[in-house]
Amino acid sequence: MSRNIKEILKERILVLDGAMGTMIQRHPLEEEDFKGDRFKNHPHSLKGNNDLLSITRPEIIKDIHRQYFLAGADIVETNTFSGTTIAQADYHLEGAVYEINFESAKIAREVADEITAQEPHKPRFVAGSIGPTNRTASLSPDINDPGFRAVTFDELVQAYKEQVIALTDGGVDLLLVETVFDTLNAKAALFAIEEVSEEKGKEWPIMVSGTITDASGRTLSGQTTQAFLISVSHMPLLSIGLNCALGAKQLRPYLETLSEKANFFTSAHPNAGLPNEFGQYDESPEEMAEQIEDFLSSNFLNIVGGCCGTTPDHIRAIAEVAAKYKPRSIEAEKSMVDS
Amino acid sequence: MNKYNSTLELSGLEPLIVTPESNFVNVGERTNVTGSKRFARLILEEKFDEALEVARDQVDGGAQILDVNMDEGMLDGKEAMVKFLNLIASEPDISRIPIMIDSSKWEIIEAGLKCVQGKCVVNSISLKEGEEQFIVHAKKVKRYGAAVIVMAFDEEGQADTYERRIEICKRSYDILVDVVKFPKNDIIFDPNIFPVATGIEEHNNNAVDFFRATKWIRTNLPGAHVSGGVSNVSFSFRGNNPVREAMHSAFLYHAIQNGMDMGIVNPTMLEIYDDIPKDLLERVEDVLLNRRPDSTERLLDFAETVKGEGKKQVKDDAWRKESVEKRLEHALVKGIIEFIDEDTEEARQKYISPLKVIEGPLMDGMNVVGDLFGSGKMFLPQVVKSARVMKKAVAYLLPYLEEEKRIAKETSPTLGETERGQAQERETGRKILLATVKGDVHDIGKNIVGVVLACNNYDIIDMGVMVPADKILDKAIEENVDVIGLSGLITPSLDEMVHVAKEMERRKMKLPLMVGGATTSRIHTAVKIDPVYSGPVVHVLDASKSVPVAGELISGDRKADYKTQVKSEYAKLREDHANRKEIKHYIPYSRALGNRLKVNWEEKKYVKPSFIGNKVFKNFDLNIIREYIDWTPFFQTWMLKGKYPRIFENETIGKEAKKLFDDANKMLDEVIQKNLLQANGVVGLYPANSVGDDIEVYTDETRNEVKTVFHCLRQQGKKGTGIPNLSLADFVAPKDSGKIDYVGGFAVTGGLGIEPLIEKYEKDHDDYNSIMIKAIADRLAEAFAEAMHAKVRKELWAYAKNETLDNESLIKESYQGIRPAPGYPACPDHTEKPILFDLLNAQEETGITLTESMAMYPASSVSGLYFMHEEAKYFGLGKIEKDQVQDYAKRKGMTLEETEKWLSPNLAYDI
Repeated sequence: MSRNIKEILKERILVLDGAMGTMIQRHPLEEEDFKGDRFKNHPHSLKGNNDLLSITRPEIIKDIHRQYFLAGADIVETNTFSGTTIAQADYHLEGAVYEINFESAKIAREVADEITAQEPHKPRFVAGSIGPTNRTASLSPDINDPGFRAVTFDELVQAYKEQVIALTDGGVDLLLVETVFDTLNAKAALFAIEEVSEEKGKEWPIMVSGTITDASGRTLSGQTTQAFLISVSHMPLLSIGLNCALGAKQLRPYLETLSEKANFFTSAHPNAGLPNEFGQYDESPEEMAEQIEDFLSSNFLNIVGGCCGTTPDHIRAIAEVAAKYKPRSIEAEKSMVDS
Repeated sequence: MNKYNSTLELSGLEPLIVTPESNFVNVGERTNVTGSKRFARLILEEKFDEALEVARDQVDGGAQILDVNMDEGMLDGKEAMVKFLNLIASEPDISRIPIMIDSSKWEIIEAGLKCVQGKCVVNSISLKEGEEQFIVHAKKVKRYGAAVIVMAFDEEGQADTYERRIEICKRSYDILVDVVKFPKNDIIFDPNIFPVATGIEEHNNNAVDFFRATKWIRTNLPGAHVSGGVSNVSFSFRGNNPVREAMHSAFLYHAIQNGMDMGIVNPTMLEIYDDIPKDLLERVEDVLLNRRPDSTERLLDFAETVKGEGKKQVKDDAWRKESVEKRLEHALVKGIIEFIDEDTEEARQKYISPLKVIEGPLMDGMNVVGDLFGSGKMFLPQVVKSARVMKKAVAYLLPYLEEEKRIAKETSPTLGETERGQAQERETGRKILLATVKGDVHDIGKNIVGVVLACNNYDIIDMGVMVPADKILDKAIEENVDVIGLSGLITPSLDEMVHVAKEMERRKMKLPLMVGGATTSRIHTAVKIDPVYSGPVVHVLDASKSVPVAGELISGDRKADYKTQVKSEYAKLREDHANRKEIKHYIPYSRALGNRLKVNWEEKKYVKPSFIGNKVFKNFDLNIIREYIDWTPFFQTWMLKGKYPRIFENETIGKEAKKLFDDANKMLDEVIQKNLLQANGVVGLYPANSVGDDIEVYTDETRNEVKTVFHCLRQQGKKGTGIPNLSLADFVAPKDSGKIDYVGGFAVTGGLGIEPLIEKYEKDHDDYNSIMIKAIADRLAEAFAEAMHAKVRKELWAYAKNETLDNESLIKESYQGIRPAPGYPACPDHTEKPILFDLLNAQEETGITLTESMAMYPASSVSGLYFMHEEAKYFGLGKIEKDQVQDYAKRKGMTLEETEKWLSPNLAYDI
């Protein structure tokens, strides 16, 4: 499968899906929906724990995946953005992490196979979504104690390993380390993936996608785009890209940097614009597609999709634009050694 | 440029890309406990702030990679490495460059790799422990995403010949590339730099072997880089810096030619290759290149003569024989006042017009001073002395200038007008108004800025302290100045600066505004001042920065661009500030209150003071106070960085620091002898208990009557488990504990009688002594506070009767109890000062007054509270949320708006 996607990426631009949270919000879900039968006796509130729906309301999640595939997405992300013991600790659900990731991967796999069977010329892929967790390894949460860390590298590696084992057991094609706001967290995720690969004796293509948090052009942990790229380039990534935080328009200069400097395929899945005064994303599919067309005509990208606020309509508009352009080509074996 | 085509990409917060064009990457080496005694001591004593300064100096000094090494027997190296790297990560101006994790212990390296988000360099691994270990470590390094230095070392030992070097490097390279699949470009070899000219024949070829091995590696091991520690080569010439410096640069010259592209060199121990005297260079290169059998002896002999020369120092009066221009320049650069009147007179006669003397030789001399200061070759105290010479000379010429103007007008009115017109035009190009804003009395920094600007040919109008906005602006218009500079030290001055800026906007002024002073900042300027004024607004970090900023603001062709540039910079800062994702978490005030410091009040020892009420000390003995002076901040005032007394040993500034120190002590002698300054103080000790975050102070031991209440603020940042949210109220037994506790207050000044002294110096155009007396008065006030605190601990409250501490321990605050001051981090609210002053009757008893911004006048005054328990520690409040501010305002009986205004630097929210 991995060779397959690399081959396809040389031929055309692949489309990633859009927001999961935005789509889940369309369903009026209550505490009981989140808890289902499986967790009905859980002593803590679980409302808002979206990842859990893969277990308790799988049909909703499957339907969202299906809508994205039918809108033209080549790759969907598993519903596992918060699927680490660290992030699930907020819900006291550390024990459910394997199940969340395994089930999420499994149902996405099912939908992907179902659609691929209908359209064999266009194989569909599942990317295991690996979020940043809610803690930073290179920043202190206590302003009075800058040397303090709320999470260590080792703890992160442990948490990511559990997630990666479950995702790969559940049958994902790729792994997507996304919304990287602290590069050290991402390096822990990559470390974990390599350990799992070594233990399982199998490799999965890895996508890494960072987040430029504001107009300063840096990640939350302070790195420039190029410094971020260099810091994760020790792994043979499938792609490097940017997502979230900014809308497509604001991402342009940083995507340009990646496109120029990276020896990997490049990706972008921006938000539907910047949040308006109510905290909602309101860029229309047409507006967003127009902006993305600019990236594609500038030959910045190989994979494109959407993050917060995007819907199947956005993805449809993006897929239509993506079909018109040739993918960015990586200079063959851009080896830096001239021997 | 070297000819080996290989790129090494590293990163901190920013990328470092070593290309064939990069020539040579310099690794900062002072943050290494094995190489720097000072750094080792700082780490052992856990003075991490100062240790970070060492790192920052390295970055500022141009280091492109920062080497961090914690291999020291007395240290837990792993813990120290983690702690220091985590601290560095919080300092963006340090962590912008890549880190080199340096240790001989793998566990320390691995612990370090887990702390760094950027792509760093591991220093080092080798085949010393065999292949198996080497592979394990290399794989790990790769998985952590770092580049690696490989020492030319194997199971047999360190490579010491050309053949051994290339054999080990080749073997290491093959394993890394073929077995580990390590990226070729991320491999850096250290083929061992060994000393030469040691007298041992086998060492003669050490440098040559290194050069040859370097060339071989770069030619035969594609991608790989070469690094090394250069100072080793000159090991046998320790103590002879001229020779060592020449050896380092000659070695580097040849090593770079052969392909070395990275290394550890102390930049201050490096002569410019072309500047090495030819005879020395020849002998050094004979040694390095092993060109003749007697090269060691020849260099040793020669070294003796170089050493001798270096030491020779003669008191030099030769400059008196130079031309008058040269003499004036010399006097200005060296700050020699002795001959200035006679030299100025000679110049006046030579140039005929006094104006020509100013514009000619005097300005030329000051330009030299400005350049030397700008390039870091002169230091502030010297520059201030130069300014004193300049002012003296101008003062001497002043009557002649007036006379010239008068005659010109009488004899040829038209010509006179023209000349004046020209003169005015010149003047209007470079006139700067400086003022300390209303409510603030601190002006040392402002005066220093004035002096530095004056040295750079600016005309300075200094309006002094506590100047209201309209006075500043009226004067600016009247004098037709080109720039307004505002200064302030206390936090309320920030608001006053915003007010001045608003007034400038209202009056439709276009003048550039510079702001500076201890509490000002770039971010405050960008967020609060810049948006209210459409003219240019620039924050100036320190005196040395004021010159380039003023230059840009005034320059005819650049000022428009500069304004646009600064405006957009600040707009971006504002935007970033607004967009910044808040990663600091705050907890509700009620929860912070619940997480107060836990003290077992039952078990505590309570000490009743020797008196209840106030005790006044008038004309306190300055000889006693002098013993308590902490000199380090004194040097900071003069922009000399370093700890007293070690600062005197500093290679660059030591001599100047010593001179300054001697001048200060001479003045202090005079002050004490002639009783020129008076020190008054008052101490109050009272029964007290805490109630929530208030401290109730009782009139007497019956505790029936509340005399006054101090209001404290509590940290509201989210803390780790077991870490309390502190408030000063935590340091006094709560009322409901039923325990009888006490609190104290004090106000002291060391600046009474300073005005006539300042006046005298200013009349004499003597900025140097004017700044000096203020700096001394500041030190006396601080020392007085320290002396008084000791007296309180040992006699008045007497809770530590047997305390014996020397001055150094006092500075380190290793005693029991604290004396926090309103307006400082633990209690940033200045409006607690009037409460304290009322309790102490301080104004009447000591002569200290409070301005409307709650600054104390004389500026050299200190006031604060006393807490006795050992749990009492200094802390920073940090930011607080609205729920606490509301509660605080209610407790104080102030409106929310007013409270927010006073606390604005501490608010976690926007108002």
